[in-house]
Amino acid sequence: MPDPAILATAVGRRFAGRWAVRDVSLTVAQGESVLVHGANGSGKTTLLRVLASAISPTAGSVTVLGKPAIEARSKVGLLSHADGHYDELSGRDNLELAVKLGHLPDRIDAVLERVGLAARAGDAVRGYSAGMRKRLAFARLLLKAPPVVLMDEPYAALDPAGHQFVDELCAEFSAQGATVLISTHQVGRVAQWCDRAIRMDQGRLGWSGDASELRTRPADAVAAAEERA
Amino acid sequence: MELILESRAVLAKELLHVWRARARLVATGTFALATLLLFSFAGGLNDAALRENSAGYLWIGILLASTLALGEGLRVETEHNAIEMLLLLPVSPAAIFYGKAIGNLLVLLLVGIVMLPFLTVLFDATPTEGVGPLLLCLFAGSAAISAPGTLHATLAARARSRDVLLPLLLFPLVIPCVVAAVQATHLVYAGDPMDQLGSWLGVLFAFCVVHWSVGGLLYSRVVED
Amino acid sequence: MKGRWELIVGAVGGLGLLAGSALGLWWAPQERFMLETGRILYVHVPTAWLSMILFTAAFVGSIGWLVKRRWGFDFLSEASVEAGVVLGCLLSVQGSIWAHWTWNTWWAWDPRLTSVAVMVLSFLGILALRSFVDDPEKRATWSATATIVAWVNVPFVYLCVKWMRSLHQGQSSVANIDPDMGKVLLLNTVAVTLVAIYFVVTRWRIANAVHQREFTE
Repeated sequence: MPDPAILATAVGRRFAGRWAVRDVSLTVAQGESVLVHGANGSGKTTLLRVLASAISPTAGSVTVLGKPAIEARSKVGLLSHADGHYDELSGRDNLELAVKLGHLPDRIDAVLERVGLAARAGDAVRGYSAGMRKRLAFARLLLKAPPVVLMDEPYAALDPAGHQFVDELCAEFSAQGATVLISTHQVGRVAQWCDRAIRMDQGRLGWSGDASELRTRPADAVAAAEERA
Repeated sequence: MELILESRAVLAKELLHVWRARARLVATGTFALATLLLFSFAGGLNDAALRENSAGYLWIGILLASTLALGEGLRVETEHNAIEMLLLLPVSPAAIFYGKAIGNLLVLLLVGIVMLPFLTVLFDATPTEGVGPLLLCLFAGSAAISAPGTLHATLAARARSRDVLLPLLLFPLVIPCVVAAVQATHLVYAGDPMDQLGSWLGVLFAFCVVHWSVGGLLYSRVVED
Repeated sequence: MKGRWELIVGAVGGLGLLAGSALGLWWAPQERFMLETGRILYVHVPTAWLSMILFTAAFVGSIGWLVKRRWGFDFLSEASVEAGVVLGCLLSVQGSIWAHWTWNTWWAWDPRLTSVAVMVLSFLGILALRSFVDDPEKRATWSATATIVAWVNVPFVYLCVKWMRSLHQGQSSVANIDPDMGKVLLLNTVAVTLVAIYFVVTRWRIANAVHQREFTE
């Protein structure tokens, strides 16, 4: 049996003495796509950041593809709220940096074309709109094309065409066999193509089950599913 | 070997960023020159005293400018959490430290070089021991400031009140390198009959060895959350 | 009060310090060169000794935290830095008073005294750093880093100031002075050590209590 893509054991993370995530154990198989939802402040972002080793867990441990998360960084792509761009550099500079420092294949032109930034690639990121910044972050993710993709609120700041783009992108990652974890409030939308859904509730793992249960009329479905659980 | 290649790539990024944001660099240099002017007035426009203390003014100017340059260098990393993006690529923390520290060193060196002609014009200070030793002093002093400076700017950048915190942490720490750099630079200007220049440069060198090593070792503790 | 053994240690230290200082002022023979002014020695030397010990304890605590991640090390580091800063301030004041009566200047840029002042300043910065970071783990890690760097820096400060100028007395220690003076000095050193232990342990307990509160919210 292959190593699970993500194996979190009793993971907890404390900020300023408060547990943002507590006692979360989670196994995600390779190739699986998982929807993470929950109210604001329920610990979705912290969970994703711990899994990506952007922050270390205060308790418990995370392994990615059989290795400790911190050693598997090259296999994980994290799309987070802070996009990690350098404002004074151009979009292309930012990507070139990632290629050079991350030893990634140089597919910058293709990727820029794909996210629709080819025309503005030479401009400083300072002048980008929020949506364009997000697209540039997707471009970096595409360059890395990691086997484990963690996306925190990928739909935020995007126009309807952008939403469509995210759906396609996720489908593409899944088709390539990548594992996708996506945290979002667009439950109905993402449940259409996800395998599994988990709900974070005040830092703990709440309801978890088949995403199909959330597909029809999402708001009702979530409540109903939780009642059954 | 990997560390050297990675550090070089980080350094290239630093320099590109400095170049793209060169207005900021010009402003920092101007700031340093403004401090020189202030020292002249604080010194009562006494020609002899100004010439005697010119090395001190040079280094205090560089040190004050360094807090601006260092703070800016880390602001761009923390503003959109770019430093985390680097760590997840993954780039090793030590490579980030060395790349950034060398970048800061070069910026300080540049600021110092820009100040030199003004030292001659304003204070009538001419390097009797030659320009080579003078540049060596500038290099060693800048290197000594930039290693602990990069480490502490990183700490300060993610704490509250970062503008106060950086000088508060950094100034006491670099007192020995200010002493040594001022003494060495003074000898270059005033002449070095007793052959003491080497000792002061030696102190700076030892300071650099310790702080560049300690910084590289501890940087992962500071940047990893 | 149960388990507060440090109170006894502190009380014994305090009494010892009173006794030692009284002996130093009235019983011990006059210092040969410094005359009556020399009697400041009986508090000055123990203070100097202890502040070094405390900053070194902070250094050890910092290494301990970074390696073992046990909170006790962070408390030790925090307590020692604070107590060290207090003693360092006292030391600078004593040195300044002594310099005033001996060289007729409040501050003589003596290398040891200046090093202490610089050290106090750098550790004050670390206390500021602590107060500007909310997350306990980050606070511990960052202040440990800064403490290590500050401690490693001490020899450079000393060396540089010494090379710039030097006019301090030779180091006073129990070995090179009159036996009666040595006895008093030893008594006060032990007493000040006990008082410092009291400070550090009390501060350690406070840090622990704050920590418990931070973590039960």
